Amino acid sequence: MEHIISVTVENKFGVLSRVAGLFSGRGFNIESLSVAPTLDPSMSQMTIVTSGDDRIVEQIVKQLNKLIDVIKVVDLNESEFVSRETALIKVHTKSEDRAEALRIADIFRANVIDSTPSTYTIEVTGDPKKIEAIINLLQPLGIKELIRTGRVAIAREAIRPAVSQPKKVARE
Amino acid sequence: MKLTGSEILIECLKREGVKTIFALPGGVVLKIFDMLHQQTDIEVVLTRHEQGAGHMAEGYAKATGKAGVCLVTSGPGMTNVITALADAYMDSVPLVCFSGQVSTSLIGNDAFQEADNIGLSRPCTKYNFLVKDVNDLATTIKEAFYIATTGRPGPVLVDIPKDVSMAKAEFTYPSSVAIRGYNPTYEGNKWQIKQAAEAIMKAKKPILYVGGGVVFSGASKELLELAEMTQIPVDMTLMGLGAFPGEHTQSMGMMGMHGTYCANMAVHYSDLVIAVGARFDDRVTGKVSEFCPYAKVIHIDIDPTSIRKNINVDIPIVGDCKSVLRELNQILKATVNGDQRELRKPWWDQIREWQQAHPLAYQQEPEGAIKPQHVVKRLYELTKDRDPIISTDVGQHQMWTAQYFKLAKPNRWLTSGGLGTMGFGFPAAMGAQAAFRNRLVLCVAGDGSVQMNMQEMATAVVSKLPVKVIILNNRFHGMVRQWQDLFYEGRYASSYLDTTPDFVKLAEAYGAVGLRANKVTDLDAVLKEAIATDKPVVVDVPTYPYENCYPMIPAGGCNHEMILEDPPELKRRMAGAPSTGSNEDKDTILTA
Repeated sequence: MEHIISVTVENKFGVLSRVAGLFSGRGFNIESLSVAPTLDPSMSQMTIVTSGDDRIVEQIVKQLNKLIDVIKVVDLNESEFVSRETALIKVHTKSEDRAEALRIADIFRANVIDSTPSTYTIEVTGDPKKIEAIINLLQPLGIKELIRTGRVAIAREAIRPAVSQPKKVARE
Repeated sequence: MKLTGSEILIECLKREGVKTIFALPGGVVLKIFDMLHQQTDIEVVLTRHEQGAGHMAEGYAKATGKAGVCLVTSGPGMTNVITALADAYMDSVPLVCFSGQVSTSLIGNDAFQEADNIGLSRPCTKYNFLVKDVNDLATTIKEAFYIATTGRPGPVLVDIPKDVSMAKAEFTYPSSVAIRGYNPTYEGNKWQIKQAAEAIMKAKKPILYVGGGVVFSGASKELLELAEMTQIPVDMTLMGLGAFPGEHTQSMGMMGMHGTYCANMAVHYSDLVIAVGARFDDRVTGKVSEFCPYAKVIHIDIDPTSIRKNINVDIPIVGDCKSVLRELNQILKATVNGDQRELRKPWWDQIREWQQAHPLAYQQEPEGAIKPQHVVKRLYELTKDRDPIISTDVGQHQMWTAQYFKLAKPNRWLTSGGLGTMGFGFPAAMGAQAAFRNRLVLCVAGDGSVQMNMQEMATAVVSKLPVKVIILNNRFHGMVRQWQDLFYEGRYASSYLDTTPDFVKLAEAYGAVGLRANKVTDLDAVLKEAIATDKPVVVDVPTYPYENCYPMIPAGGCNHEMILEDPPELKRRMAGAPSTGSNEDKDTILTA
């Protein structure tokens, strides 16, 4: 089963190779990995998409925790989370296809971020299914280049009931 | 006052209480050696090969319980020490290795003797540091010792570029360490410990399965208390030998591939396995899916990744063996009632039956070739009163030593378990001897593995480390030969060693003492002479070359299905084999 693991690490050189080495050395899968600094510049946040049965994912989480540069590990699948991915798609467009490309971009609320007489570069953000869908639609027009960020994910805040005002007893 | 990086390194070692380091110089660490040369607090044992330095530091660490320290140069110095780092990582040995690196301005330029020390050592160290600024050196060294010796111990590498060893900085040694991503759990979860105590009280056929974690956490006393209070039999792993007294009536001896019959039967048929500081290695479990099929499992370990890695665990307890056992004992003390001996009688009756059915055994003919087990047994009888430290290499001799040399106390047993590093024993013994100059330190080796680090004989002589090396010389890579006899129809592919050197002459060439026992009747006298000699001694004992180590669980087999003696077809094949491995019989050996 697919798991998204959020890992907070020290922001220093060599940490990525420690994490990547752990996965390759123990034969775990990485489907995607994204890294960037957090609000605190001394830390980085990694989002790792991996897969395996419960036993393997338990080992992945434990082994990540064991790394000295790893500060915190959260298996996002244990609760609700939202995940997003961005893709930049360079579409090769003949003049008769240009309107169609724009229409497709519009349907997916994607932006055109670069344009030449024969290409559009489209930026789209969403969950993986949405990205797959737009790629499917654009493919017949001719995709020249495609780059995806890999997923980033964050846990949903627990939903609390709205704070209700205590009833005031009307003074008589 | 400002100090150079080299001086800072030495000051840090002193603050960490390091008395001895094992080292071999080279271009980029010359400044460090120059400073070491000008002080007397730290002894430098100059080894002949960096692998030797690493294993000596391991032996030192295993015997003292403190971190062993080695120092090597860049490039080949580093690559040579990797085997020792990997060995220490597998067996959780606290080790701090300092490696030289080319100057920071040259890193990445393929400079002379440059290697990516951090990249090379990453998968075989607990952590590693590249020090790029001399101002960070003291803090880094403090952290290195802290990481190596706390939690599940392991090797840590500190890579020091040449310019850092020469640059100056203000020296202050931090008094404490705080690493936000590293907080080992020492105290076990109280609820889980209570669950464990209840399971123990309920169990009819419990067994303790103890490993090296008990030795490193110093929990032998607590283990003994637990075992005696509850009358539970104790199985030890190879690394756990010494954690529980080998001669104790509750000791089952070693378990696993070459463990005793009763140790393996007991774990297979038990209804509660209490694993303490052990990691369910494949050499212990055999076929994982059929390991202790009738048992609930309690697993106490300081490393959370060890738990549920290989087998399912019912009651996991993450924590230090000593503190968890102490707490467990307290609960049990309050709840144990009635005579445990009486309660456990049916289980013990069964165990005694297994013990009597297949005890460890060998046949020593008074006039025949010397049996390797006999050598170990005699060595044990002759030295046990002197509380010796004993090391081994890897192979048949290692298993026989594990079976027949009963250890009374922890930190006496130096062997390479996880990585199975041939060539470990001799330097490891020297490391222990460097820590305890007045103790008796023995090394049982095979003629194959001892040759892997034979060059350290020079170190033993020069540094006056009077270890006693007993070579069980069967002229074979014996364990390989055993597998070939059992599983490869007796085709001895590259296992016969043909030109084994004359170990007596070799020892003498190095300035050590060489002795040989040719007959069973000579054995005691030769061993006694070796023990009484105050110099490094090599005792060459030609042994019966076709002796096999039993019991044996074939790789991937079940623990209750042991091979207990040569199978009939092997016996038939061996009927015409020569009785010794001397040179004249070479042709017969090869065609056997």
